[in-house]
Amino acid sequence: MLDIQNAFKIFEKGTAIEHTALNHLNLHLDKGEFVTIIGSNGAGKSTLFNAICGTFLLNEGRILLDGQDITGQKEHRRALSIGRVFQDPMKGTAPNMTIEENLSLAYSRAYSRPLSFAPSRKQIALFRERIAEFGMNLEDRMKTKVGRLSGGQRQAVTLLMCTIVPPKLLLLDEHTAALDPATADKVMEITRRTVDQYHLTTLMITHNMASALAIGTRTVMMEAGAILFDISGEERSGTTVDDLLHLYADLRHQALDNDRMLLQSKA
Amino acid sequence: MKLLIGSLQLGLLYGILALGIYISFRILSIPDLTTEGSFAFGLSVSAAITAAGHPVLAIFAAMAAGALAGSVTGLLQTRFGIHPILSGIITMSGLYSINLAVLGGSPNLSLVRAATLFKLFPFMSKNDAMTVLPIAAALLFLTLVILFFHTHVGMCIRAVGDNEDMVRASSINVNACKVLSFSVSNALVALSGALIAQYQGYADISSSTGILVVGLASVIIGEAMFGRRSVTIGFISAVAGSLIYRYIIALATRYSPLPAYMLKLVSAVIVALALAIPALRQNMKEARQKEGGKAHA
Repeated sequence: MLDIQNAFKIFEKGTAIEHTALNHLNLHLDKGEFVTIIGSNGAGKSTLFNAICGTFLLNEGRILLDGQDITGQKEHRRALSIGRVFQDPMKGTAPNMTIEENLSLAYSRAYSRPLSFAPSRKQIALFRERIAEFGMNLEDRMKTKVGRLSGGQRQAVTLLMCTIVPPKLLLLDEHTAALDPATADKVMEITRRTVDQYHLTTLMITHNMASALAIGTRTVMMEAGAILFDISGEERSGTTVDDLLHLYADLRHQALDNDRMLLQSKA
Repeated sequence: MKLLIGSLQLGLLYGILALGIYISFRILSIPDLTTEGSFAFGLSVSAAITAAGHPVLAIFAAMAAGALAGSVTGLLQTRFGIHPILSGIITMSGLYSINLAVLGGSPNLSLVRAATLFKLFPFMSKNDAMTVLPIAAALLFLTLVILFFHTHVGMCIRAVGDNEDMVRASSINVNACKVLSFSVSNALVALSGALIAQYQGYADISSSTGILVVGLASVIIGEAMFGRRSVTIGFISAVAGSLIYRYIIALATRYSPLPAYMLKLVSAVIVALALAIPALRQNMKEARQKEGGKAHA
């Protein structure tokens, strides 16, 4: 479904702060795979997402989505088939617009009659039904401005916006990291259900190693703009957080110096 | 009575200007200086074509001219990455020459002998038409913009002003939305100018100087009365604000010792004060907290 070939990106080339963000990275995802991505800060995880979404263009390499070459495609064109949820709950929604308006906007991926009134009654019924499945009682607040919702509620709305028209690829960029633990679990549960239900091909960045192993079908660790290791199937199901840390240390021949990772490794 | 009706007429005609400014200033959150040029553009196109004997065509041509001016500003901002305020200034400056050219090289044009829109109706006297037409035009365009901003495109434009990234992530072309909204905004501004030219019976390019501040004052006065709630209320309050602004001006010219040429200064002060209120409130709050702190120490 997703095929990243030899992706290479250098920022601020030719200056003192030049750095290689993606270093000849290769990644292939089959349809329906749910891959979790871990890696220390600055490993290039979000940069990889930005490259896939078209926030910038690659210096070298190609990106194929569902057999189509999207390497040079504009951001909003790619968004037709890619949904992305950010860590910051403010980022994915328009705060001064209602839940149904936000959803209707996202729904224009599938339905666009520019001069018809939006959202239509039919759309609202669909949105209510889908948001009710989350069990967060948002279906009774369709006319509430999204800015009035809590972070968890906003992330739920964003997740629905990204999946209301099932995308070919769903990107989750630490989408529960800014939430309190109980809400994070709730949003993660909703995510898991949605991905299952629509068989979405998904990439999820997380700093929580335990959930990186517990969720999805495959785990990838990034380091210095490339993939350090890639485990799936039985190899993955037999792996513990400690194994991951050792694997990392062995591969890098150095201790894991990322405080954030150590702190969260026991969560 | 004459003052009352005159202000109603002008308030409604300038109300259409306020609708245009509401779109750029409140919905897109970009103060659009093209306004100064596109108002005069509408004014001169309308005057020139009316003088040639086509008062109705003049209105449509003026709107098209305004839309064109707006899309130039929009393209400068999006396609060529020029700062929004600067794009507006560039278009405005360029339009100054174009407007003079439209008026045949002179800064003003009289329509005293021309058949304006207001003389077209056999069943209405010119005086009646000068009240009926502004009411009809303001109501028509108020309804149209409210409807437009509840369509899918209109919703996309509102979202662009609210969270651009999210709109892009929803596969919508943000740049196209911006260009379109600047066209719509400036088409309305030019329409207002076009109607004013025919209403007054002359076109004077200098009458557009400071017109942005007039429009902003209307929007802000409207908001002070109705609050900032939805686009529908926003548009209604912009027209209402324009009416109130005209009455304030009428009273000021009549009863204050200020000469008429001081009006723009008064408008500028009103707008500056209204925009400064949130910051002033914040300062007062902080000052009070500081004092409170001292009292406890």
